Amino acid sequence: MAAVLPADHIAIRPAVGTRLMAGPPPTAGFERIDDHQLRLGPRPAGGAALIDVLEQSGLRGRGGAWFPTWRKWASVANSSDGHSVVVVNASEGEPLSAKDRTLVTLRPHLVLDGAVLAAETLGANDIVVYLSRGSRTTERALEQALKERSAAGLHEAPIRVVRTAHRYIAGESSAVVNRGSGGLSKPRFSLRRSAEKGINDQPTLIQNAETLAHVAMIARYGSAWFRRLGTDGSPGTALMTVCGNVLRPGVYEVDLGAQLGGVIEAAGGTVSPAPGALLGGYFGTWLDPSWLEGLPLDVDRLRTTYKTSFGCGVLAVLPQGACGVVEATRVLTYLAAESAGQCGPCVNGLGALSDAMERVAASEATFTDINQVRRWMEMVKGRGACHHPDGAVGQLASALTVFNDHLRRHLNGQRCYGTTVAGFPQPPSPGRGWQ
Amino acid sequence: MTEKVQRRLRVNPILCNGYGYCAEIVPELVSLDDWGFPIVSNRPIDDDKLLGLARRAVATCPRLALLIEETVPATTNR
Repeated sequence: MAAVLPADHIAIRPAVGTRLMAGPPPTAGFERIDDHQLRLGPRPAGGAALIDVLEQSGLRGRGGAWFPTWRKWASVANSSDGHSVVVVNASEGEPLSAKDRTLVTLRPHLVLDGAVLAAETLGANDIVVYLSRGSRTTERALEQALKERSAAGLHEAPIRVVRTAHRYIAGESSAVVNRGSGGLSKPRFSLRRSAEKGINDQPTLIQNAETLAHVAMIARYGSAWFRRLGTDGSPGTALMTVCGNVLRPGVYEVDLGAQLGGVIEAAGGTVSPAPGALLGGYFGTWLDPSWLEGLPLDVDRLRTTYKTSFGCGVLAVLPQGACGVVEATRVLTYLAAESAGQCGPCVNGLGALSDAMERVAASEATFTDINQVRRWMEMVKGRGACHHPDGAVGQLASALTVFNDHLRRHLNGQRCYGTTVAGFPQPPSPGRGWQ
Repeated sequence: MTEKVQRRLRVNPILCNGYGYCAEIVPELVSLDDWGFPIVSNRPIDDDKLLGLARRAVATCPRLALLIEETVPATTNR
């Protein structure tokens, strides 16, 4: 099975809202510091007032958890006694996502401006850009951007790059702390948050690259400007990686006030009638085909009304004839293999679930097996040092609900013709190493 | 207003190897999953006898994977 990763340099097609991706077209490569400063003006200074502006803006973290950004900053500020660390999390372990890589490749100075603003606001003297190995274009753009900044003589805290193997959970906050402190990018167990005790035991702000780019825009244009797009609870724009059964897969910047149908339309529409989609990446949720048109992007409505999550902004649309049960099983098997192997419930639970689901996908299982699957899903929930088992199980649970009718055919031993349909990205081979 | 400390038994799942002594010592708080790893109850430990058993489980764990977490719950009506 070929591993289909998003291309290193992916086409940007501005969709419903264009802010982070405004400026020169993607073909122009990364935006130089002179052009960046000419287009957006110089970076304003950071400071305590910026936390208030962020609160008014309603900005929430774009890494997947959608936690209010200002709160994270405030808790690092509270824990800090003059030393703290700011991390730009651009590791993007999610195989279907390309938005952070794309953003750092094309607008490195926007992301770095956000990081420097955070450092100035929190009094951080260490800025880390956390990057997965394997994306040469991104590394080159970042290296070039850092050279430009030091040549321009900007007064800012030193910025260092920390690399990690491209693993699914390498971007989890405690794994970031481990790696940033010189260890492996595996999660650790701690009763204290990274905001209190993170890299080298210092209070650490770990913020997704896209979030920091939004910060750089909000610091320039203000919270009212930011709120002009999006909804009350989910203001602004967000980057989405759209793939699978769409005419033009790619990274799109969307207005969070829009609907999913608008996103699919921006990507050229579906190629064949879609039997469903995965929203939010491998820790996300499967969507019923009837939702693809009108589903809101507001993260609170997604969670409360639809029990789904925007996650890291991946939308992977199933092609006609493809089987959601089969695809969900492939994702589960990949995630089981991507376990750091540290916690019993994750190693045993995801392993057993993946074995059982492979029998279900092959129509070799019975209703007893699926009852066992449901029992195990409950059993592993919340029992890892990180949320890896929870994410894996959440994805599976949504597939079993959304594709319930089709699941019955599998359990009745009927052959499924959806196992070999092309057009849906397959999980890559599990990564190697943790450095 | 008195601030009451809440105690909960917690397991560090990275250290735990599934010896299972904890489930024998304090079954009120620990059961085992299908693979012999502890499922630890999240309920606060509210009596001294239970606390004593929990402390024994902590002391007995060959991997030192158990701990008693102490938290002061946020005041409810503010």
